[in-house]
Amino acid sequence: MSGPVADEPILSVRNLYGRIAGQQVVEDVSFDVPATGVTALLGRNGVGKTSTIKSILGLIDRTGEIRLAGERIDRAPTHRIVQRGVAYVPEDREVFGSLTVAENLRLAERDRSPRRELVASLFPDLEARREQRAGTLSGGQQQMVSLARALVNENRLLLVDEPTKGLAPRIVDEVADALAEAARTAPILLVEQNLLVVRRLAERVVVLSSGRVVFTGSAAELLDDHDRVQRFLGVHDEREAA
Amino acid sequence: MDTLILLVITGLGLGALYFLVASGLSLIYGLMGVLNFAHGAFLTIAAFLGWEAGRRISDGTWTGLVISALVGILVGATVAVLTEVLIIRRLYERHIEQALVTVGISLAAVALFEGIWGTDPIYTDRPAWLTQTTEILGARIPNDRFVLIACAALVLGGIVLFLRKTRYGLIIRAGVENRHMVTALGIDVRRSFTLVFAIGGAAAGLGGVLASVYYGYVSAHLGSVLLIFAFIVTVIGGLGSLTGAAIASVLVAVLQQFANFYLGGTGDLVVVVLLAAVLLIRPRGLMGKAA
Amino acid sequence: MTAKSLRLVIGGILLVVALAVLPLLAIDIPGVLPGPTYTPGTLQLLAFALLIAALALTYRMMFGLAGLLSFGHALFFAAGAYGLAMTLEAFGPAEWPSALVFTVSIAVTLVLGFVLAATVGALALRVTGISFAMVTLAFAQAGSVLIRRNPGSATGGDEGLALDTSNVPPELVGVVDTRNLYWVALGILVLVYLIVLWVEKSRAGHVAEAIRENELRVRVIGLRPYNVKLLVFIAASVLASVAGMGYLLLQSGAAPRIATADFTLTLLVIVVLGGVGARWGAIVGGIVYTLLDQRLTALAGSDAIAALPDILRVPLSEPLFILGTLFVLVVLFLPGGIAGLPARITTGRKQHPAEPEETVDA
Ligand SMILES: Nc1ncnc2c1ncn2[C@@H]1O[C@H](COP(=O)(O)OP(=O)(O)OP(=O)(O)O)[C@@H](O)[C@H]1O
Ligand SMILES: [Mg+2]
Repeated sequence: MSGPVADEPILSVRNLYGRIAGQQVVEDVSFDVPATGVTALLGRNGVGKTSTIKSILGLIDRTGEIRLAGERIDRAPTHRIVQRGVAYVPEDREVFGSLTVAENLRLAERDRSPRRELVASLFPDLEARREQRAGTLSGGQQQMVSLARALVNENRLLLVDEPTKGLAPRIVDEVADALAEAARTAPILLVEQNLLVVRRLAERVVVLSSGRVVFTGSAAELLDDHDRVQRFLGVHDEREAA
Repeated sequence: MDTLILLVITGLGLGALYFLVASGLSLIYGLMGVLNFAHGAFLTIAAFLGWEAGRRISDGTWTGLVISALVGILVGATVAVLTEVLIIRRLYERHIEQALVTVGISLAAVALFEGIWGTDPIYTDRPAWLTQTTEILGARIPNDRFVLIACAALVLGGIVLFLRKTRYGLIIRAGVENRHMVTALGIDVRRSFTLVFAIGGAAAGLGGVLASVYYGYVSAHLGSVLLIFAFIVTVIGGLGSLTGAAIASVLVAVLQQFANFYLGGTGDLVVVVLLAAVLLIRPRGLMGKAA
Repeated sequence: MTAKSLRLVIGGILLVVALAVLPLLAIDIPGVLPGPTYTPGTLQLLAFALLIAALALTYRMMFGLAGLLSFGHALFFAAGAYGLAMTLEAFGPAEWPSALVFTVSIAVTLVLGFVLAATVGALALRVTGISFAMVTLAFAQAGSVLIRRNPGSATGGDEGLALDTSNVPPELVGVVDTRNLYWVALGILVLVYLIVLWVEKSRAGHVAEAIRENELRVRVIGLRPYNVKLLVFIAASVLASVAGMGYLLLQSGAAPRIATADFTLTLLVIVVLGGVGARWGAIVGGIVYTLLDQRLTALAGSDAIAALPDILRVPLSEPLFILGTLFVLVVLFLPGGIAGLPARITTGRKQHPAEPEETVDA
């Protein structure tokens, strides 16, 4: 195998198929995530964005070729993939409601020297609530916990699924700030419905439609093309989607 | 009054046995979704081997009993771990098949025990103190009840401490809630599967030795009987909840004692009625997570 | 009707006819049957196997078709056996002809079985999956305890209950008439098969199957899974009582063993051994299991086994140990059971259930 090349993508997905309960939810998806910056994965509701991310992580049955920095990970179990430096922020947060905030974070620490100060500075709110049960946090605070769980480790890639879903505008900005900060240290594959956030963070986009890739290219190019935005995402412009 | 006390304490003693079986069942189910029918067999083999070891070294003494208990714990844990590693693991995430193989194991195990130790109960010798009674507020309480209650309380405390204070405990608590997210944090949750089998097997093993103290005999069917009540306890307490299992164990056993005494030996039936009532009012059990 | 299903129907009829004439023949299969097919001992065993097959068929309808893993099916089999024995004993106005008493007793037992099934089913189906299994187990346990308690000397406790033959048709009593009992057992199997077939092919059967695959989707299209599941539960349970009545007549009594959880577990073993995927799997499973059990018991008592060293002799002289182990092996290595064998052989596909080390975690 060749060593890392300068322009090699951090993640490359080829002919990915994913199944849930015997049903095909991801169909022949191929795309790359460059080694720096934010790549947005877009598409209407139910096209299979979440399923694509879960397939990459091996959380659902999948076949295809998935490489992390050139190395195959499509046969590896989820925990091994994560241990190789892939962090996951799931849709709907999935914090452990019966554990405290501190316990949620402690569980996520993989590195020998976890970046606790960074997390504390990004989410000062959580510091005050370390002993609160995560299940009793507000939606926004839970999202902070979920992000903090990912950012507490040094990562090679972040998979972030709809981090702003259902959040108030001010919290959306906070989350976007945290992601912008995170993007300086690791590339991000971001699923996001809010096109303002996409425009702010993402350089590149991959658009799915019924389980397949229908567009890959620069974010600005797509977002400035109202026809395409309408056709791919079913919205007229980013303000409406926000 | 004295009858009341006797019934309550005897109920607590029996509840202690139920808890030792149900705690493992509940943790295993909560974490892995496996309904473990082989749990009764873990208990029985531990009771037999504990008894064999204890009587060889010092029959009917405290030393003998302590050795029995240690051997029982060790045997229960070992057999449970072997079952998980060699059989359950091969059927990862296939819950029905996992329940089915444990059914097969339990049938085969009981038959094997009958082959080795016979079908009749074997009466065991105990330290004399355990066969005597102590008077509390006019009630003459058989001493073995106290040992049972103390052991179960220790086990409960130990498991709670383990779950609260250790990293594996943290992983298990998180896994009971959301197994997939635990793996998605880079943790090999399968290791904790083996661990809960070990803990559950150890508790059941101790339960086996204590059951032979409580009943005064060992038999190939010791585990099967306790297992059914432990299942009921687990459902009433809420699948996956240790606290629920503890509360339900006491509730079921005390109720059983009272019904046996005041309602003409209908304890077992009353328990089933209680189960039906709980299911009607609160299908997820007293402390279970929402389905 | 397609040519294939026509062939199946004709094959089925021929098979039933072949089974029906067995008592008139003298087929001897040493090692499988204890003696030639016309002897009472062999007929008794075969009749028992047919009843167990019928019972397994009803269990498969619940577990295989509707996905209901019940651990309480024995309760309904026992209800049939004990119900009929008790009504026959308790009731029988002297002025009635005995044929009428017999018929009415059967009817009363059926109603009893229905009421019991409806009650238990209505309660237990409030929960699903593993909880359902445990709840049915608890109910069956209550039944088993009740039978052993022998309330009002009605059930005979551990001794069991002997059949009061005063109102039973004389053709169904006694060793010489084992042949008739064999035909009754065959009749019950055919009856159960036809009803099971009818239920499975009905709309309710299809919905039940859909529920097993994906309950949510069925809910979405506006059907109430609860009702359909209850229907299947009741049908399977009442048919189990019918098999139980056959058992009572065949054995001239009821033993408390048939109400235990172990008996249900045996049924589960039979169905999985035969293969949950097909109706005939349950039948083959029932027959194979019964014969195996009988032969293994005979083997256990044989000189060959007695001569073995302890470490081999003890396990081999316990039929349930061998059957339990066999069951574990089938679940691990032969997921389709016996019924799945032909497909596995023809496709030659190795479907090992165990996951390779490096695969999906979820
Ligand atoms: N557990 C499941 N069982 C059956 N089908 C499922 C399941 N989970 C997802 N699906 C189906 O898979 C398809 C893709 O779902 P997925 O969650 O990946 O979409 P998505 O693009 O993330 O949608 P959204 O924008 O709403 O989050 C959908 O049609 C969904 O109905
Ligand atoms: Mg999604």
